[in-house]
Amino acid sequence: MTPPSPRTASTTDLHRVVDAVWRMESARIVGALTRVTGDVGLAEELAQDALVAALEQWPETGVPAKPGAWLMATAKHRAIDSFRRTVRLERRTAELGRELQEADEPDWAAALDEVVEDDVLRLVFISCHPVLSREARVALTLRLIGGLTTDEIARAFLVAESTVAQRIVRAKRTLSAARVPFEVPSGADFTARLASVLEVIYLVFNEGYSATAGQDLVRPALCQEALRLGRVLAALTPAEPEVHGLVALMEIQASRLRARVDDAGEPVLLTDQDRRRWDRVLINRGLVALERAQQSGAALGPYGLQAAIAACHARARSVEDTDWPEIAALYEALAALTSSPVVELNRAVAVSRAYGPAAGLELADALTDVPALRGYHLLPTVRGDLLLQLGRRDEARAEFERAASLTRNERERALLLDRAASCGPRLGA
Amino acid sequence: MRFMVIVKATEASERGEMPSTALLEAMGAYNEELVKAGIMLDGDGLRPSSYGARLQFDQDGNVTVLDGPFTETKELVSGYWVWEVSSREEAIEWARKAPFRGGELEIRRFSVPEDFGEAFTAELQEKENQLRESVAQQRGE
Repeated sequence: MTPPSPRTASTTDLHRVVDAVWRMESARIVGALTRVTGDVGLAEELAQDALVAALEQWPETGVPAKPGAWLMATAKHRAIDSFRRTVRLERRTAELGRELQEADEPDWAAALDEVVEDDVLRLVFISCHPVLSREARVALTLRLIGGLTTDEIARAFLVAESTVAQRIVRAKRTLSAARVPFEVPSGADFTARLASVLEVIYLVFNEGYSATAGQDLVRPALCQEALRLGRVLAALTPAEPEVHGLVALMEIQASRLRARVDDAGEPVLLTDQDRRRWDRVLINRGLVALERAQQSGAALGPYGLQAAIAACHARARSVEDTDWPEIAALYEALAALTSSPVVELNRAVAVSRAYGPAAGLELADALTDVPALRGYHLLPTVRGDLLLQLGRRDEARAEFERAASLTRNERERALLLDRAASCGPRLGA
Repeated sequence: MRFMVIVKATEASERGEMPSTALLEAMGAYNEELVKAGIMLDGDGLRPSSYGARLQFDQDGNVTVLDGPFTETKELVSGYWVWEVSSREEAIEWARKAPFRGGELEIRRFSVPEDFGEAFTAELQEKENQLRESVAQQRGE
């Protein structure tokens, strides 16, 4: 067999190939380098050096037959060089003071050749470490696991590139100063740390799914990135039901991306969406992931429950066809786990669909004294809706008007005032 | 973006020969890598063309059915994957890692409604949507 000849490509194409290879390989390379150097900051610098070397050399030599292995080998050489430099420096310093022992060069070459399955998982845990701020965790995870550039992360979150660069530099410094070990946590620590990882991934997903900044309502690329991270994590921790729960939730929510925005760029509520536009491939994957989450036999966690609710909608061909009693029961379980009044409000809606507006209203009424919901326009919106269904038009109008005064979204305000007007003229006016 | 990676048939696959244990192992490892990278959505293998048939349509819509096997091995399909990746280059780089010795892969991007332009009218899109719904119903989703 003749050895495969290196590929040649134009500079633009080559950049795209290098980008693709980097996305595929960087997590494993940085993971292995962190394992041997014990410093994620240094590891990433060494990997970046290898990337720069590729960009310099591949235009001359062509893309090597195994680009991932090339990057790894180059990073390995840089790691050994950097180690030798450090030793020389220490020796020179030692001449002034105490005698430094002849340092044995650790067998980094062999250590880096070793394939350690946990490297990427450890990298996930270190990127989502609780010593870091949420923003730092998100940036570091996208950078180290997703293989995104600082510029790509900045564009995704609509912040300045320098802001993201700063976050990453500081995060690496914090990890180093805190001497955070490069390991998969064990015992009770594992559960808490995994929760942080899941939170980071879901934050990325939500930033894409309901963009909090910018013109676009959704940024599908960010959803895709979160899904990819979730799928990677599920493959690395197949025994964790909540990981499958999160993946199921994201797959099913992502299946609606195309139906969530209308042609004019306006958001479309779940109940108004054209369900035929839902992505069946992702729904199927979500349902399979949910089954995996349920297989352990343990009660579902918050992500698993949300996924189960999403699955009820995904299975239903129409709003009427939806298993509302099941959704109401799932919301009840979720409310018990999270004690979130917003979840309670969702439960009230599900209960009204399942058992009629009076039952829903009873639950919604119980929330009117909850401080956290005092300025929340959806509470009066839901109550207005339920009151209207019960024919209590005057009360419904008052609720819609109150909701309109609470929302900051102009379009929503207009909609709510329309609904108030549709309740008919005020009696005695 | 979503790609279908089409595995072209070989003489061996057309003869219905099962892959060796070594190749099965390599394929298993490769598939695992794809799953661990979070890009694999689906994939499967197809039986030789001798189990299949071809339907040819003339200009008037008349149909001729031809039973397999078919001879142009390289134009036949023996399997496929469906991947979600961020670029065409990424799909190519992943495909390069497939453990094949001999044979050919073809990479095709899934079309999205926008690709069809004005010929794909709102009315036709509506029909397409209805069709997808029926398929989903038949699959019991």
